[in-house]
Amino acid sequence: MKKLLNTLYVMTSGSYLSRQGETVVVRQDDEIKLQLPIHTLSAIMCFGQVSASAPLLGFCAARKVTVSFFSMSGRFMARMVGPVSGNVLLRKAQYRRADDQAFTADIARSFILAKIANCRTVLLRASRERIGDTVLAGAADDLKTHLLNLSEPIALDRIRGKEGDAARTYFSVFDRLITSQKEAFVFHERSRRPPLDNINALLSFVYTLLAHDVASALEGVGLDPAVGFLHRDRPGRPGLALDIMEELRPFTADRLVLSLINLRQIKAEGFEKTASGAVQMNDATRKIVLTEYQKKKQEEIRHPFLNEKVVVGLLPHIQAMLLARYLRGDLDGYPAFIFR
Amino acid sequence: MLVLITYDVSTETTEGRRRLRQVAKTCLNYGQRVQNSVFECLVDPAQLASLRQQLLKEIDTSEDSLRFYFLGKNWKPRIEHVGISEPYDPEGPLIA
Repeated sequence: MKKLLNTLYVMTSGSYLSRQGETVVVRQDDEIKLQLPIHTLSAIMCFGQVSASAPLLGFCAARKVTVSFFSMSGRFMARMVGPVSGNVLLRKAQYRRADDQAFTADIARSFILAKIANCRTVLLRASRERIGDTVLAGAADDLKTHLLNLSEPIALDRIRGKEGDAARTYFSVFDRLITSQKEAFVFHERSRRPPLDNINALLSFVYTLLAHDVASALEGVGLDPAVGFLHRDRPGRPGLALDIMEELRPFTADRLVLSLINLRQIKAEGFEKTASGAVQMNDATRKIVLTEYQKKKQEEIRHPFLNEKVVVGLLPHIQAMLLARYLRGDLDGYPAFIFR
Repeated sequence: MLVLITYDVSTETTEGRRRLRQVAKTCLNYGQRVQNSVFECLVDPAQLASLRQQLLKEIDTSEDSLRFYFLGKNWKPRIEHVGISEPYDPEGPLIA
């Protein structure tokens, strides 16, 4: 099994990354802040005003360390990857399958089934803690209906429709999952580009981190993150990464956001509203989110399909690997990640 | 696994001072400097073999010495730090 390597997050404005021997050096105000051997890293993520030397970028590409750049608010800007690696036969299989209607609908159904099942588990866990909350239990029942509706193969458009319905049900009760700091963290509906409240700002930020990890994992097993099944091809959109993300979202991202709020690890003061109505986090809050995200990745769980102990951070890689096996024909179906 | 590497390199001659710089540089490629001649390196067995090989080539065994302490995978409870320049945790969140 692959080892989960660390991710370096560079957040301080004016940081400069360069190469020294086999190490990555982070300088701030001409002072060396960190010097890390490259073999412990799998990714470097830069937020805001961060620059990097060309030799460093080449060095990272050669060592398969992806370097990504994000705006201060967490919006993805660019990702630097080395030469295309992996198996050309695998990628061709992926493209052929992406054009095959029946196949696409079938695998898209796996992603969505897993997503809804995982959303349902999030709700059920909360409702178990608060006996008598009929709304949560009712929403979980609704999700079960959606799951049953998806038990037979249906057309891709209808899968997308079901997914929308399920997402609406899930997010309609999401506010009930927040048990502390109710005044500052109210959830009405999902808003993106820009996120309009604190919770949406958090969700968007964590989803960006997850999307990045999934895209890197797909690249790592030799799949093309851009060619999806559920998500249509669109220039600049990592369709397949978004596909795989669906099933991982509730377990990794949503629960992280909820615990950050419920355990009071983040506070209302950490958010500010800009003139346009968009909500942004301040640097301190962003650091807390990144720290907790990294910690979450170190947690050990038992993978339901492999029946092996793995760390959460390897889930994107494992799912990418299982998908590759399915596309190659080594597996009869794609075992999406469903946690209990 | 975490390996602690310490060394004494004789700096009497220019050649010795050169060796000292080389040894430090090599250790830095694999880990972090926690004190003047002390490095903590998070490596797998293959990486350790090549690190060891490089270090052995650099030192002069008639004048210098090297020590490797193998702290294994479960190294965190085995290390306590007091005082200045707290090192970073190579397995923890890396945020600069």
